[in-house]
Amino acid sequence: MSSPSAHTAQHAPHGFIRKYIFSLDHKVIGLQYYFLGLFSVFLGMSLSLLMRYHMVNPNVAVSWFGKLWPTAAAGGVMTPELYLSLMTMHGTIMVFFVLTTVPQSGFGNYFLPIQIGAEDMAFPVLNMMSFWTTFLALVVMVSAFFVQGGAPLSGWTAYPPLSGAGRITGPGEGMGQNLWLVSIAIFCGASLMGAINFIATTVDLRCKGMTLMRMPLTCWTWLVTAILALLGFAVLLAAGVLLLLDRMAGTSFFLPAGLMINDQILVSHKGGSPLLWQHLFWFFGHPEVYIAILPGMGITSQLLSTFSRKPIFGYKAMVYAILSIGFLGFLVWGHHMFMSGMNPYSAMAFSVLTMAIGVPSAIKTFNWIGTLWGGKIHFDTAMLFALGFVSLFVTGGVSGIFLGQPALDLYFHDTYFVVGHFHMIMGVAAIFGMFAATFYWFPKMFGRMMNEPLGKIHFYLTFIGVYAIFTPMHFLGIAGNPRRYADFTNVEYLGKLIPVHQFMSWAAYATAASQIIFLVNLFWSMRKGKPAPINPWHATSLEWTVPSPPPHDNFAGVHPVVHHGPYEYSVPGAAEDFIMQTDPASVHSEG
Amino acid sequence: MLLAPVVWVLTVVIVYFFAAKTWWFPPPISQHGLAYDAQFMRTLIVVGIIFFLAQFALGYVIVRFRNDGRRADYSHGNNRLETLWTSATALLFIGLVIMGTKIWAAVHFDEAPPDAIPIEVMAKQFAWSFRYPVPDGKFGRTDLHLVNDAAGNPMGIDDKDPAGADDLVSASLKVPVGKPINLIMHSRDVIHNFFVPELRMKQDIVPGMEIPLHFQADQIGIYEVPCSELCGLGHFQMRTTMQVMSVADFEQWKQQQAQK
Repeated sequence: MSSPSAHTAQHAPHGFIRKYIFSLDHKVIGLQYYFLGLFSVFLGMSLSLLMRYHMVNPNVAVSWFGKLWPTAAAGGVMTPELYLSLMTMHGTIMVFFVLTTVPQSGFGNYFLPIQIGAEDMAFPVLNMMSFWTTFLALVVMVSAFFVQGGAPLSGWTAYPPLSGAGRITGPGEGMGQNLWLVSIAIFCGASLMGAINFIATTVDLRCKGMTLMRMPLTCWTWLVTAILALLGFAVLLAAGVLLLLDRMAGTSFFLPAGLMINDQILVSHKGGSPLLWQHLFWFFGHPEVYIAILPGMGITSQLLSTFSRKPIFGYKAMVYAILSIGFLGFLVWGHHMFMSGMNPYSAMAFSVLTMAIGVPSAIKTFNWIGTLWGGKIHFDTAMLFALGFVSLFVTGGVSGIFLGQPALDLYFHDTYFVVGHFHMIMGVAAIFGMFAATFYWFPKMFGRMMNEPLGKIHFYLTFIGVYAIFTPMHFLGIAGNPRRYADFTNVEYLGKLIPVHQFMSWAAYATAASQIIFLVNLFWSMRKGKPAPINPWHATSLEWTVPSPPPHDNFAGVHPVVHHGPYEYSVPGAAEDFIMQTDPASVHSEG
Repeated sequence: MLLAPVVWVLTVVIVYFFAAKTWWFPPPISQHGLAYDAQFMRTLIVVGIIFFLAQFALGYVIVRFRNDGRRADYSHGNNRLETLWTSATALLFIGLVIMGTKIWAAVHFDEAPPDAIPIEVMAKQFAWSFRYPVPDGKFGRTDLHLVNDAAGNPMGIDDKDPAGADDLVSASLKVPVGKPINLIMHSRDVIHNFFVPELRMKQDIVPGMEIPLHFQADQIGIYEVPCSELCGLGHFQMRTTMQVMSVADFEQWKQQQAQK
């Protein structure tokens, strides 16, 4: 392997376009991903607010709905198909363009090279291409709203035949579904490029002394996430192309013979299997859950240690837990399919493996509490979000113990219990990881501090808010409320649950409104925040040895040498309560 | 610091609503339903304890180990504790799965009893049909080309087949109380899901597949069947009922239907 300097430019490029648009600098690309994700998360959240409004006011006319969607909300009353297309796009945008993009491609891009002492990613051009490909995927995805029939209504899981037979299965299943599939395929390509880059960077570009077992846990989670993305998105790409062929080229990978849809007999298909799609989709889809949450776990570990001024409890156990979550993550996809009609004996295997993956997750939680135990905890906003992550991870995790049992899934499958579970753990826990990372690394990225009082108000409103939105979903599930219903007036027993939905809608409006505080804080602090010192949190990893923001090649031509592990806090006999990874070896530590 | 009481209050509120059962399952109407509820409660107790202790501990360390001028302990962990909680969690989780196995096996590994009443279920966007092979016990031939929803032939039953001429078709499910039932489920367009909350049972219905589901309902009454797999724009309206009748009423219903 060539040395890092052989393939990264030493001199910063001149000109706005090379510097900020088609940049090869991993830090700029990281920020591009971050802002793409920021746009997407507010778009996705707006869609969810429209859904929450429609669910509790299914027949109320709102004049601007009619202006926005002249056919799908004619007269201002949202149609059920519009509800379903909002739902599909909410899920898709959140999963792909927020949860996959920000923690890994955003923060990972910015900080992986610096934390391992590299000047840039291994393949800067590939890095730039993967961002712009992701951008293209987002443009194609959003354009699905504007074609005839609107966005698809088959959900982010796009099960055929609903998603495979074309316009006759419903509005949005024409051009909208095609664009959706094309966008996902493009996104897969982008993620594969990113994954290769992350893996190569971690393997090849670590600086002198940065052994694997001296990497911060964030780097471990980015590495394992990249491996998951490499294996998972490859399968989703294949599945997406096959479904597109079924739709446009008359193949029958997923469509069986003998279909009669909307009173039309389909003679063009025979022999396909709807379950094949589900297997391929969830072979990607379950690892995807870990793609979303692993970087959050890494960031949480990093912050709990830093802000409690204590080494991480059980670094090795944490690394093994991350690796086993990554490995087992590929063996549990069948737990999404207990009710699908697949062989019921396989459910037993998937169920045992699913419970097994709960073990490393529990280990991580124990180790987080162990890290805090005996610490000296500072409650900066970044730390509050990391602590919030732990609380939400526990709450979202324990409901998985119900869902992982096929016997209990006989009732809970496709109810709001599932919606509550995955929103808690994959949605808001992951988003708390992103908030934590934002507050923690903002000083490094922008050279200024974020506002702490605003940060704390935003934290408490959001923390209480997400509990108020997502906890009641578990009770709705227990009461038998099916998910993906546009309204609840057609099934009698759902009528008495409508007040719970109303509560959740109000909680959602309030929580969404409090995100404005975050936006104000973010953009205000970028320009007016207090100037940040090099190492405001007294942390030990390499990004805190360079100026804020770091120079173009990160270390200004100096090659860092690492002598210590990443979590040497409160070492007895040391002058300060932290030892930088680059401090001379003569300073004593165990790492 | 403020976070600790917030976490504790949230935890107590959540535990309260689970204990008070404010929003809860409808009462079960089968042996399977009772076994289901027992397994749910076992899991709930285990999970409830884990949830409460973990959140409580989080709040505790936040208060106890806040920055009060001490120096933090220097420790990289404890392998004995690590082994202990790994094996404890593994045992607990796997144990729960094993306890639930019997319930799953009874639904999916055991065949329907030989005397179970066969009923064919046909799901389509956005309606249900149920076919009874009375009185000869044989389902007649069907053909998609004969499907005519308006004329009351949603399944495309071929009248020329003597086995099919006498089949009954109903838009809602009627079953006799205390008798084993064997549903044979088909979909003619997209994936649907048959769900009766009171039975604690659901099953996807996949086009191109024939999926059986057997059960026995022990409580007379009318129960709702909401479609539980996204099937298109009318998904939320795709509802029918399951009426559990006395054996005599069921026989009478069949006769009435046959005369129509």
